[in-house]
Amino acid sequence: MWRRILALVHKEFLALLKDPKSRMVLIVPPLIQLLVFGYAATFDLKQVPYAVYNEDGGVAARDLLARFSGAASFKQVADLHSESEIAPLVDVRRVLVVIHIGPRFSADLLSGRPAPLQVIADGRNSNSAMIALNYVRSIVDRYNDEWIAAHGLQGPPARLEMRSWFNPNLESRWFFIPGIIGMLTLVVTMLVTALTVAREREQGTFDQLLVTPLRPGEILIGKTVPGFAIGIVQATLILLVATLWFRVPFLGSLPAFYAGLALFLLSGVGAGLLISALSATQQQGLLGAFLFMVPAVILSGFATPIANMPEVVQVVTLIDPLRYFLVVLRKLFLEGAGFGLVVDQLWPMAVIGATSLVLAGWLFRHRMY
Amino acid sequence: MTARGGSAMRLRGLVRKEFLQIVRDPSSIAIAFLMPIFLLILFGYGVSLDADHVPMALLAEAPSQDSADFMAALQGSHYFAPRIMNSMPEAELALREGKVKGIIRLRAAFSRRMRQADGAPIQVVVDGVDANTARLVMGYVEGAWGEWIAAQAARHGQSMTVPVDLQPRIWFNSELRSRNYLVPGLIAIIMTLIGALLTALVMAREWERGTMEALLVTPASMSEVLIGKLAAYFILGTGGMLLTVGLSVWLFEVPLRGSFWLLWLCSSLFLLAALGMGLTISTLARSQFVAGQIAIIATFLPAFLLSGFIFDIGSMPPVVQLITHVVVARYFVAIVQTLFLAGNVWPVILPNAMALTAMAAIFLTITWKKSRKRLD
Repeated sequence: MWRRILALVHKEFLALLKDPKSRMVLIVPPLIQLLVFGYAATFDLKQVPYAVYNEDGGVAARDLLARFSGAASFKQVADLHSESEIAPLVDVRRVLVVIHIGPRFSADLLSGRPAPLQVIADGRNSNSAMIALNYVRSIVDRYNDEWIAAHGLQGPPARLEMRSWFNPNLESRWFFIPGIIGMLTLVVTMLVTALTVAREREQGTFDQLLVTPLRPGEILIGKTVPGFAIGIVQATLILLVATLWFRVPFLGSLPAFYAGLALFLLSGVGAGLLISALSATQQQGLLGAFLFMVPAVILSGFATPIANMPEVVQVVTLIDPLRYFLVVLRKLFLEGAGFGLVVDQLWPMAVIGATSLVLAGWLFRHRMY
Repeated sequence: MTARGGSAMRLRGLVRKEFLQIVRDPSSIAIAFLMPIFLLILFGYGVSLDADHVPMALLAEAPSQDSADFMAALQGSHYFAPRIMNSMPEAELALREGKVKGIIRLRAAFSRRMRQADGAPIQVVVDGVDANTARLVMGYVEGAWGEWIAAQAARHGQSMTVPVDLQPRIWFNSELRSRNYLVPGLIAIIMTLIGALLTALVMAREWERGTMEALLVTPASMSEVLIGKLAAYFILGTGGMLLTVGLSVWLFEVPLRGSFWLLWLCSSLFLLAALGMGLTISTLARSQFVAGQIAIIATFLPAFLLSGFIFDIGSMPPVVQLITHVVVARYFVAIVQTLFLAGNVWPVILPNAMALTAMAAIFLTITWKKSRKRLD
């Protein structure tokens, strides 16, 4: 029996790797994508382009503006002289933020009245707008604290002391790179599995396979091993790049990582083979791959938290294996978790993997064309 | 004259053949019509960056009137779902287990220190793993704190203690609904997938099955074969596009401030580029299997991450910004975000529309050249 399976595994590897184009597709793009995406995926804004419309000639206004021009996260691109210049600049996205200081700003400040500072942000990307406003707010807050201290004013009765755990500088790259590992691994398993059975169906070789002494279970193993093996190799490479190149700390346990990876690969391969077994043509297989992969990525909590989704959609995410793997990855990378904290995420992947593999094996025989 | 008439007839025949193939394998119809509806509804509801009812641990070590006041300010806000805890270890455990996203702790000396010159510290700890949500939560806490301070000052008859009063105004999306910018972006992502999916396998399939040779011995030229395919899938894709735009406006209530016809025109350019990309993949790969693999790897993730749909392109390193220029979706995302939320801003639309035209031309030329070469 094992010799038969081994022969099948051998044939599957050949089918995947003998075509130089296919070999290229499996190995090179995922690594390039990790590098590119690793740099692209961040919510931290660099050099927010801003314009200043200063109607006040006072020192206080100049002092406040100096803090913006001195901040690394801001880059001034224009100095405006009338209100009508604001709209054209924002419309064409030359600036994300416009800082407008009214004519009585310094006078108000010196006489102890609250001095309004108008800040306009381009809300077309509301997330960037909010982040940029937060940057503005922190500069203004510091300015206020120093003004209160310098002028002996009565400060607020309580102040906030904020700290963040696990990611003290709130680097969003640390959040996204572990996520990219999961995403790319899923893509690779789809590449390897989603079209295999469909191709054999289309070319008629699957019928030949079914009349050999191989049982459906054995065919299943033969089809699972390549996806599994290639996934392990890819994920290991990607893990190395993430820690050595991007220097994301990996604090957790390595055995827990591989346990999570193995179960995730099983569920990914299972889903891919299930899609493939359901399709009569490669076109349908490709459609199925997208219909699984795209929601699996977008609803996994990779970029937008699952907690923000409506209840119904949250229930849908329960069958998404990537959802569990992302939690495992983030806990292992940033929180330094061991097996204990990730077990809750491991068993659902095992269930998804087992169910989809069994279904796929059953469909091998029961869906004939 | 007869030659042209013949050409028109041949084209009609080719388009008819494509449509028959589309109807026979319903997966193309599913791609064009069901997939956009399914994906847009799922994502339109599912994808949101607006955190609401964030679970927070509240901890007052010595409850007093002041601490109760402050807590009430938090409990009244829909941003938080506060959970009262009794000790710091309990709160820390909840944070570690992910049951709360942050801790707000008022120490025992809170009331006493409020009367001192430097004010009482309020300790705030947030879970920084998801840095974006953490930052949002910090902003919410700051907002609640500011309101509480203002209320305190008003109650004691003092003037505001804030020297510079920040007054933010958000243009185009004043309520900061993240859906308003995510849904137009989703149209671009979904249509990239659909464009590529529709055509990624069609050329490879004809070569693989040998039907391409059969087509080539007919009087139809390669350009006619290509135009026939493009026309059929273009009509399908336009249908899908109209569906997604309709859903965005009527179901998700994203305002369409620009002109609908301009959107139609830009969508058509984009669709040509997306279909052209699929045809190019199909022609270069030769086999359906490889074409499918390339489609999986080259369309979705780049469109998702490098188009400016969710991550700001201006904040990427210069090299990566350069790479984003080959992502077709990038230009369309810029166009739809502006057309939906800001209006007909020509300086944004024109260059991006020209880029789409160029991309479409490049992809279609590659397909045409590579297909013709095979004849020799």
